Amino acid sequence: MKAILNNFTDASLAHRWWFLGGVLVVVGALSLGVPKVGITSDHFVLFSDDNPQLQTFEQFEDTYVETNRVLIAVSPKQGTIYTKEALAFIEYLTEDAWLVPHATRVDSLVNFDHSEAIDGDLFVAPLVENAADLTDSDVERIQDIAQNSRELVDRLVSEDGSIAAVVINFVFPEERDAAVIEVTDYLRTFIASAQEEFTSFDLYTTGDVVLQRTFFDATQADMFTLIPIVFLVIVVLTFALLRSLFATLAVTLLVICTINVTMGLAGWLSTILNPVTAGIPVIVMTLAIADSIHIVTSTLANMREGMEKRSAIKEALHSNAFPVTVTSLTTALAFLSLNASDSPPFHVLGNFVAFGVIMAWVLSFTLLPALLAVLPLRALPKKEGTRSPFENFANFVISRRYWLLGGGVLVILLTISGVFRLEFTDNWTQYFDKRYKFRTDSDFIAENLTGLESWEFSLDSGQDGNVTDVEFLAKVEAFSSWLREQEEVGYVQTFTDTMKRLNMNMNNDDESFYRLPDDSTLAAQYLLLYEFSLPFGRDLTDQIDIAKAATRVTAAAQDGMTADELKAVASRAEDWLKENAPSLATETTGFTIVFAHLSERNIDSMLLATVIAMGLISMLLVILLKSLTMGFISLLPNYVPAALTFGVWGHFVGSVGLAGSVMTAIAFGIIVDDTTHFLSKYQLARRRGESPESAIRFTFNRVGRALWTTTVVLACGFIVFSLSGFAVTWMLGMMLTITVIFALIADFLFLPPLLLAIDRRK
Amino acid sequence: MKQLTSSLATFSLLAMVLVPSALGQNEEEAIAKGLEIAQAAQDVKKGFGNYIAKQVMVLKDRKDRESKRELRVQILEVEEQGDRILFLFEEPRDVRGTALLIHSNEDQPDDQWFFLPATNRVTRLNSSGQSKSFMGSEFSYEDMNPPEVSKFTYKYLREEPCEELNCTVSERVPVSKGSNYSRQLVWHDDEAYRVWKIEYYDRRGDHLKTLTVSDYEQYLEEYWFAQTMIMTNHVNGKSTTLNWSDFEFRVDLDEDDFTQTSLRRTR
Repeated sequence: MKAILNNFTDASLAHRWWFLGGVLVVVGALSLGVPKVGITSDHFVLFSDDNPQLQTFEQFEDTYVETNRVLIAVSPKQGTIYTKEALAFIEYLTEDAWLVPHATRVDSLVNFDHSEAIDGDLFVAPLVENAADLTDSDVERIQDIAQNSRELVDRLVSEDGSIAAVVINFVFPEERDAAVIEVTDYLRTFIASAQEEFTSFDLYTTGDVVLQRTFFDATQADMFTLIPIVFLVIVVLTFALLRSLFATLAVTLLVICTINVTMGLAGWLSTILNPVTAGIPVIVMTLAIADSIHIVTSTLANMREGMEKRSAIKEALHSNAFPVTVTSLTTALAFLSLNASDSPPFHVLGNFVAFGVIMAWVLSFTLLPALLAVLPLRALPKKEGTRSPFENFANFVISRRYWLLGGGVLVILLTISGVFRLEFTDNWTQYFDKRYKFRTDSDFIAENLTGLESWEFSLDSGQDGNVTDVEFLAKVEAFSSWLREQEEVGYVQTFTDTMKRLNMNMNNDDESFYRLPDDSTLAAQYLLLYEFSLPFGRDLTDQIDIAKAATRVTAAAQDGMTADELKAVASRAEDWLKENAPSLATETTGFTIVFAHLSERNIDSMLLATVIAMGLISMLLVILLKSLTMGFISLLPNYVPAALTFGVWGHFVGSVGLAGSVMTAIAFGIIVDDTTHFLSKYQLARRRGESPESAIRFTFNRVGRALWTTTVVLACGFIVFSLSGFAVTWMLGMMLTITVIFALIADFLFLPPLLLAIDRRK
Repeated sequence: MKQLTSSLATFSLLAMVLVPSALGQNEEEAIAKGLEIAQAAQDVKKGFGNYIAKQVMVLKDRKDRESKRELRVQILEVEEQGDRILFLFEEPRDVRGTALLIHSNEDQPDDQWFFLPATNRVTRLNSSGQSKSFMGSEFSYEDMNPPEVSKFTYKYLREEPCEELNCTVSERVPVSKGSNYSRQLVWHDDEAYRVWKIEYYDRRGDHLKTLTVSDYEQYLEEYWFAQTMIMTNHVNGKSTTLNWSDFEFRVDLDEDDFTQTSLRRTR
């Protein structure tokens, strides 16, 4: 093994130009794939195909109508929407929204089909026609009808009339991503020009189509802003730590090559990026630098001690070969464990980061030595008489070991108690921070008009054509009423309201007939009548399946509910059905519910994977350190930092989503490096017969600086993540930053006292 | 000098008349030919008097799930006014006897009445808008009505083989602002002006739906009626098929069979 390495390094140094050229050709070829990397706006990439909530939801959308919506809220700067001007503006928006690409249906209170009975005739007409010609009494009449309509209030107009909505429905072609961009680009211009022309109104937009666009924008923003920042941070840090221009150049080139190879491969494999996988380049850059820093630091140290450059490089490669290989392997292993996640983007993230880590390792032993050999590297001569600051630190830790151990345990327990305050929630409206207009607009709309989260139910009568059976309708009605009584529920959309309205209309608008018909045949005929008057672009399958066996009930949630609260209402509704209408019992579904289960499912799937990854890595450590005790001791500084982070998060933030489910596995793979370096050096000294105290001094002297350096680089790299406006990314970045810092603290302050306490053999 | 001015005037007058027509000559011809075809297509349909037929309407969604209805349709031609149409539902059973009566009017919205047997009452339906969906199908109300020539402007585009015949392809643009379409392309064969295909373009100009018509049969040795009409919506993937059969012509029907009181008798 040693011979192979020897021959290899000799060869790489002797034929350095060939090596450089060869590596660069391979890197170049792979890099050509970079432009092939795509970006998606499909937010459903977060879910695996066999996700049961997604399957139920897809089935639901199959039965009824696929929901692709944009909601434009119109808010007059003064007064209500019940003025001629406001209604004319809404009319203009409603008409022109039909021209938005892929729009199939536009709804607002203006084109809402109002039906009323006059002298036995049934009049069905849009609520507002030719708004510009309305008289005051027309406006009054419109206000009266709108404010008393269950089908309008809280949906297309707010209760106080301060806001109205124009809802655009879309059917997208196969090329969804392109369609989303086309639609949202069009809408941006449309809204900007409407805003310019009608200055007395504010416009807000939300809906899943805008969410998808924001998904795309966030991916792009993260790619284009985070990467340069991380790059800059890395170059500056490397220079600060290495104090050599050419060494920094070598490391920078290595990072550039690693990132190009990784993203190039991603491109050749036609990888489509999303906000989660947009993190790949940043993570790879941050991790790639560690290997090379170890090697360059050693080379410079060797040269400082008077070695000739080539032997200095060779020695550096030899002394680092083992630890760098081990840490690369453990890191790659941890990232590969992300394949167990229920969320496919994390598989892609895990695999490409693992590949990037391995590539960084390969390049550190091929490209890096060749580069160092070629560049005119110079080392500053060693200053005489300076003692390593880490030796003083080691002495401090050894003398205060009981305080540190006791205090450490106390601090750890207190911090970890925060874990119980953690709440797991993924809320699609809160996935993006306030720099995105989607978020601020959605917040405004949720607060003032309608909650954006909703529960969907498909109630099945069990037989084709039976949706108009009066017994079935009565149960649907009872369920809808029950939903309306729940304080968490905003508006409820149910077909029984339409039935009741038709029954009233057919009885000369007598309000005592605002109830379900008592004859199934009559109900069936009302349904047909309803179909006679359906507006263009709308068919019955919006509310009733094609076989007329089932109908849909939609309940909108009040603003600001957590995933747990949303799930609680869902299960209460399911229980109600089981108890009161067992034949209608169904699973709650909807976009909201799919998201509400996302974190939970991911935590379940990642839990086992994390435990397996940790077990494998710990076993690896036991084998490498050739000591069971050391292996067990290593567990503490490896496990505790992630637990501490969750504790801190629980105390100070509270809610955590998708990021939390993968954080432990990722953090573990990274921080295990520190422990490995620390314990292997400690073990080395102990094997040489040194006492635990002197072994700790030796360890701090040898790896103190390297651990400190890599932690600074990692923390600075990951903190850049927290600049992302995408919740999963910034949370992951914050948590990883906190964890690597905790890991260093644990290795420096807690591990040595622990070793001194446990490792007492002579 | 005077001569010069007058000849200049003549020249510019000539230019004003000639130049635009020279530029738009093909255009004008195309418009005239388009109108001519539309008029001829309407004319050949006139004079059948009345008929009764059976219509099976099959709605299909994009997963090919179906829903079916059976109706009896009665149509009466009325000179100088629009046609009288009566739709009478036979299946599904719970809507049997439900009837929709339409008096189409040339220049104003059609009159509609419906009869629900369960209420035993005739109600007039004042529903604004030709743009409504026809009974929840992919046909809209305006697609169903035999279009009056005056409701569109026309332009002949080209000739094209269709089935085993030769067809003209014309574009027609609805005059009414309330239409859901920006334009339609119509394929007429040049043998009997039968419609074989219509493409519907939405307000954005995107291809929304296509109607294909087939299985023409000749009745009364003069009139061609199609047995199959399929409307496919390219955006939502749904389709509606109308299967016509059991045509009976010039039966004992008159205006009295298309009144509000007659609606009650339909059962």
